Amino acid sequence: TLRLICTTTAVQKRNVGASGPEKYTEAFIKKQIEEFNLGKRHLANMMGEDPETFTQEDIDRAIAYLFPSGLFDKQARPLMKHPTEVFPEQRKIQWGEDGRPFHFLFYTGKQSYYSLMHETYEKFLNVQKHQDQLTAQDLPLQKEKRNLAGSRWLTKIELEEMLLEKVSDDDYSRFIRLLQKLVALPCADIEEKYIQKFSKEVPVQLQKVVIEPLQHDERGVAFSTGEGKRKTARATAVVYDNGTGKITVNGIDILHYFPVLQDREQLLFPFQFLGRIGKHDMVCTVSGGGRSAQAGAIRLASAKALRSFVTEKEVEFMRQAGLLTVDPRVKERKKPGQEGPRRKFTWKKR
Amino acid sequence: AKHTDQHEGRLYSIPLQEVKAVFPHGLPHRFQQQIQTFNEARVMVRRPALEILGYLKGSNLAHPAVRYVIYGERGTGKTMTLCHVVHYCSRQGWLVLHIPDAHLWVKNCKELFHSSYNKDRLDQPLQASVWLKNFKTSNERFLEEIKTQRKYIWGKRESTEEGRPLREVVEQGLARVRSASDAVGVLLRELKLQSPRGSFRLLVAVDGVNALWGRTTLSKEDKSPVAPEELTLVHNLRKMLRNDWSGGAIVTTLSQTGSLFKPSSAYTPQELLGKEGFDALDPFVPIPVPNYSPREFESCYGYYLERRWLQHEKAHTEDGKAELQFLSGSNPRQLDRLAGPL
Repeated sequence: TLRLICTTTAVQKRNVGASGPEKYTEAFIKKQIEEFNLGKRHLANMMGEDPETFTQEDIDRAIAYLFPSGLFDKQARPLMKHPTEVFPEQRKIQWGEDGRPFHFLFYTGKQSYYSLMHETYEKFLNVQKHQDQLTAQDLPLQKEKRNLAGSRWLTKIELEEMLLEKVSDDDYSRFIRLLQKLVALPCADIEEKYIQKFSKEVPVQLQKVVIEPLQHDERGVAFSTGEGKRKTARATAVVYDNGTGKITVNGIDILHYFPVLQDREQLLFPFQFLGRIGKHDMVCTVSGGGRSAQAGAIRLASAKALRSFVTEKEVEFMRQAGLLTVDPRVKERKKPGQEGPRRKFTWKKR
Repeated sequence: AKHTDQHEGRLYSIPLQEVKAVFPHGLPHRFQQQIQTFNEARVMVRRPALEILGYLKGSNLAHPAVRYVIYGERGTGKTMTLCHVVHYCSRQGWLVLHIPDAHLWVKNCKELFHSSYNKDRLDQPLQASVWLKNFKTSNERFLEEIKTQRKYIWGKRESTEEGRPLREVVEQGLARVRSASDAVGVLLRELKLQSPRGSFRLLVAVDGVNALWGRTTLSKEDKSPVAPEELTLVHNLRKMLRNDWSGGAIVTTLSQTGSLFKPSSAYTPQELLGKEGFDALDPFVPIPVPNYSPREFESCYGYYLERRWLQHEKAHTEDGKAELQFLSGSNPRQLDRLAGPL
């Protein structure tokens, strides 16, 4: 019997999964792109539309129509996108046939990071030279401030994606500091294009809620509308000025529609808070939900309608009192293996 | 007490002895509690009551009795209006036939007997005796004056001769509980016959009159439902409510709270009385009772403040008053219930 001393390389490989994610070759990616384009034309033919002008949105719609899926996670549904979006960008092999790396900083380990730092510093020196030239010629330095408030630097993850290699926190902070130093110089406008690669626009976050002006109906009475919801109930309220404090819900007086005191107190709250109990009339329509949910929905709707009658400070008070926020509490979903959303089945010892 | 339109919205008090004498059984439960708490009975003068009083003052006694039906939503003060009218009439010296709640006669009856007088009908000894007792306390002096006109035979041995005072009839009914309902019938017939003569004026005040024409919750021994006509008390009362006598007035109230098998949003005479009742009561004067007007609300609120019924600090402010008005919707019952815990 022969004992195998030299084992095959397949057995020698300890951990198959330790080599990292699969590397896609260029040829593979190219083939995928060709297949995608062909598939796109086939799909356009199937849907009866023009293959030449078939955009990504049309593809999405067609796939959603042909393969309807009830899955909640959008990313789990059938997908047909361009291979560059599907396959993550990967580093091509960095060395040639003779084993010699292409990039001169390959052996530093973080070649793209260091090359980026070198480039940025080069621009920095450029700007300084330009500045010295201008001061030598006694020309005024241009001072056009970039809009720092509306832009932000790239995040670490975005930088990693750009460089296709891991960036540590320290390195990232060094890079950002260098960029800030560059921007702080007066003549940084020359390198504006380069800097824009690393900055992003921040959309205006604060959306000021527009308070609608009062409308007037035929008799000349000022009124305003508001909408509110709570749990499954949706309500619309119309608040009229110069009233006696009467409130009508779906054509019925509140005494008859809400026999419970608690619901009527909910309705009373916005008016009482502003101290205008007897001054406004209200007509509301409400549907859905139960008795408490309807009361909460009408309360929110009336608070929103009252904003137009009231100063901004009082609107701020109302907001802090919680009169203008939608109540996010909804019925929680029942989980499998449990009797309710939280209650477990009775535990039996044996 | 003489009241005119100027007194609308004010409260007037009734001395306690009179309360016991005139209303042994008429006042709503909550009002009785309030009397006990405050040690005095104060009734608010409101427009519907003033209307009725005006009609009563101006009515001609030779004509057949006019019927007034007080109706309104729940808790607006119909029973209180009736009590006000009753008190006024008793002060004036009328003979008051006050039935606190006709609904009590058509539901929750433990004992039902077959009537001795008429085989088809059913008796209710308990309720009849209770009512006779109360009637005795409220109209003592009249019982002496009025004499019977016929001879009535109660059983094998008891009988009432002609010309005996009505008090004996009442006592007979109380003593022999079995024949109490018949005693009631006798009483009603005598009063009806004698009131046109003019020696006294008769006021028939019935609360919850829609019970007389609705359905009952009672059933006979073989579990078949009982129609209201088969009850002696109801039958006799219906005869009273018919228009064929003169010399007095009939004031009735509709009540949804005690009514059986009717939706809670019904409050008009048509809905609550049903077709039969409406036809029977047909020529009547309807009197709606609304919620408190702002003046009445203020006076009620002022009264509670005066008697220190509202203990909460904020209740004394203007805001508190507006809040109370909003939450109660100016409904007297709601206001009463709201002010209770405060």
